[in-house]
Amino acid sequence: MRLVSAYEIRDKYLRKDMLPTIFCPGCGIGSVLQFTLRAIDELGLDPDKIVWVSGIGCSSRVPGFVNFDGLHTTHGRALAFATGIKLANPELKIIAFMGDGDAAAIGGNHFIHAIRRNLDVTVILINNFTYGMTGGQVAPTTPKGLRGTTAPYGQFENPFDIAQLAVAAGANYVARWTVFNYIQGINSIKKALSKEGFTLVEFLSPCPISFGRRNRMKTAPELIRWYQQITVPLAKAKKMPPEELEGKIVIGEFVDRDRPGLVREYMEYIKRAKKIMGWEE
Amino acid sequence: MKYPFPVGRADFIQGDEAIARAAILAGCRFYAGYPITPASEIFEAMALYMPLIDGVVIQMEDEIASIAAVIGASWAGAKAMTATSGPGFSLMQENIGYAVMTETPIVVVDVQRGGPSTGQPTLPAQGDIMQSIWGTHGDHSLIVLSPSTVQEAFDFTIRAFNLAEKYRTPVILLTDAEVGHMRERVYIPNPEEIEIVNRKLPQNEEEAKLPFGDPHGDLVPPMPIFGKGFKTYVTGLTHDERGRPRTVEREVHERLIKRIVEKIERNKKDIFDYQAYELEDAEIAIVSTGIVARSALRAVRMLRENGIKAGLLKINTIWPFDFELIESVAEKVNAIYVPEMNLGQLYHLVKEGANGKAPVKLISKIGGEVHTPMEIIEFIRRDLK
Ligand SMILES: Cc1ncc(C[n+]2csc(CCOP(=O)(O)OP(=O)(O)O)c2C)c(N)n1
Ligand code: SF4
Repeated sequence: MRLVSAYEIRDKYLRKDMLPTIFCPGCGIGSVLQFTLRAIDELGLDPDKIVWVSGIGCSSRVPGFVNFDGLHTTHGRALAFATGIKLANPELKIIAFMGDGDAAAIGGNHFIHAIRRNLDVTVILINNFTYGMTGGQVAPTTPKGLRGTTAPYGQFENPFDIAQLAVAAGANYVARWTVFNYIQGINSIKKALSKEGFTLVEFLSPCPISFGRRNRMKTAPELIRWYQQITVPLAKAKKMPPEELEGKIVIGEFVDRDRPGLVREYMEYIKRAKKIMGWEE
Repeated sequence: MKYPFPVGRADFIQGDEAIARAAILAGCRFYAGYPITPASEIFEAMALYMPLIDGVVIQMEDEIASIAAVIGASWAGAKAMTATSGPGFSLMQENIGYAVMTETPIVVVDVQRGGPSTGQPTLPAQGDIMQSIWGTHGDHSLIVLSPSTVQEAFDFTIRAFNLAEKYRTPVILLTDAEVGHMRERVYIPNPEEIEIVNRKLPQNEEEAKLPFGDPHGDLVPPMPIFGKGFKTYVTGLTHDERGRPRTVEREVHERLIKRIVEKIERNKKDIFDYQAYELEDAEIAIVSTGIVARSALRAVRMLRENGIKAGLLKINTIWPFDFELIESVAEKVNAIYVPEMNLGQLYHLVKEGANGKAPVKLISKIGGEVHTPMEIIEFIRRDLK
């Protein structure tokens, strides 16, 4: 990995007139944005052929700050919009930047179906265990017992494991890291961007303002320490008994496979249609 | 180009089929949908044709996803359409607003059935008139076309694409189960016979930098589609001319929304379409749209045969609505009758247009049957007594 300064990345890819960002001090979204830009830079991708898509939420504001084509859509629907962009112009590489509520609650159905059809898209998912933008309501990822403004006595529902959901739905590549897994995070994004089909890199990302504050972790460092306690690397998790894994979140690379992506499948479908109708041999 | 259906001659087809063929001739190369009666045949026809002409057709997980995909495809440069009926149309409303706000040309077909809720899936209605105009939230404007025949379903579909491209706006083709499922003779023109409008693209960097500005003074900004190096940011948030979110400044919101509404309103004469039958010397007028206008026309002819000077104003564009035209009709007649298949939706528009110059009376019928000409005549006769 080449060490390019953060300034260089900023000057190369950010829209200066949009700065400063809306993100609170200690928020992890900026870090993940930097990882993504570094991955693009290191891969030498053509920025003119990349489209950033997002739904609604703090994380979904990211496409506004980067100097690329971007579609900031409606809450939860980013992947449905992305399906149209990608199929209408397969030349474009699509990065969907989404929040956990955006992707797994209101957008849950689009999420699993985009994966099922193996839409060619790289999803960068900010999992901050909460609804940041609307001020800290519980999300489908909020660990049991933790608080949000809509569950002031502690979440009583079971959380989704988004990465496992994606693996089960058929994604080509799925990895999960915390924002402090800098090298792994960038490498995963690079891998995700290089692959056909649906790829997902989930980041556990601190939201001190909406989430931490309500759960006795007011600052990013406190959240870091908590992430260190609750996350377990995949290799280690495999050797742990289930009781010990209770309440832990496994991080690592969960799947890496090469099923054909939606674009390729559709191109084949066109060929099949023409053959069946006798338009082509 | 080779077409998967005969062109340059007449065919005997359903309204839904006509819409699909017209879309393809208008240049539609992206269709996303979700099955629903009585609109499914549009999807099924697209499913047969699109792959053969290198177009995209995809069954999404729901209507929200369908319209979202269509908007995405439009930003990627494709002419794109989806079709649905009441329940699905309701689901699409948030993204119709998104298309209005982001000035995305798309065509949405609503083949109306009886509602509310799942209502009467197989039967026609005109209950979505208000929803088609005002269904999405906030101040906005868009275009709604309403065909009465299968030929019009075909012609208006082409017009819908052209208007969408010309004004960078969502256009709704509001038809119904009767027109959608009825078979009629339709002339399918050769592609050379069809006038096709394509969206304005930016001519230079300066224009590309103002994807939501008004560089040509016609209120319609050129559309910098994705992948051309323009680096356009598109958001449903209130944005300035360059597309940057500016959500709390009153003037920015007012400037944007007024332009979006103005670009439709100022071009009302171009967009609004109607046909007048026997209106010159009419003493009473019928104002009607869609399938009911056909019964109304027959009623006018029969009333004339019986010495009652009736005329018909058949509304082809439901929005933007030419209120002044209605007023000018109201000034000349003793009464206006509005037969429609709902409890009074077009009626509201006509009444506002008539502006008290003539009484406006609703001839309402719901339950899934089109008015017979006799029903319209009976109502008018009773009223004239
Ligand atoms: C249809 C709709 N419902 C609700 C909202 C309000 N809303 C805005 S952002 C948001 C949640 C964002 O949470 P998440 O997706 O986790 O992203 P974060 O802000 O945490 O990055 C909600 C509910 C909306 N904009 N649209
Ligand atoms: S509310 Fe949370 S997620 Fe949103 S910007 Fe602030 S810290 Fe980040």
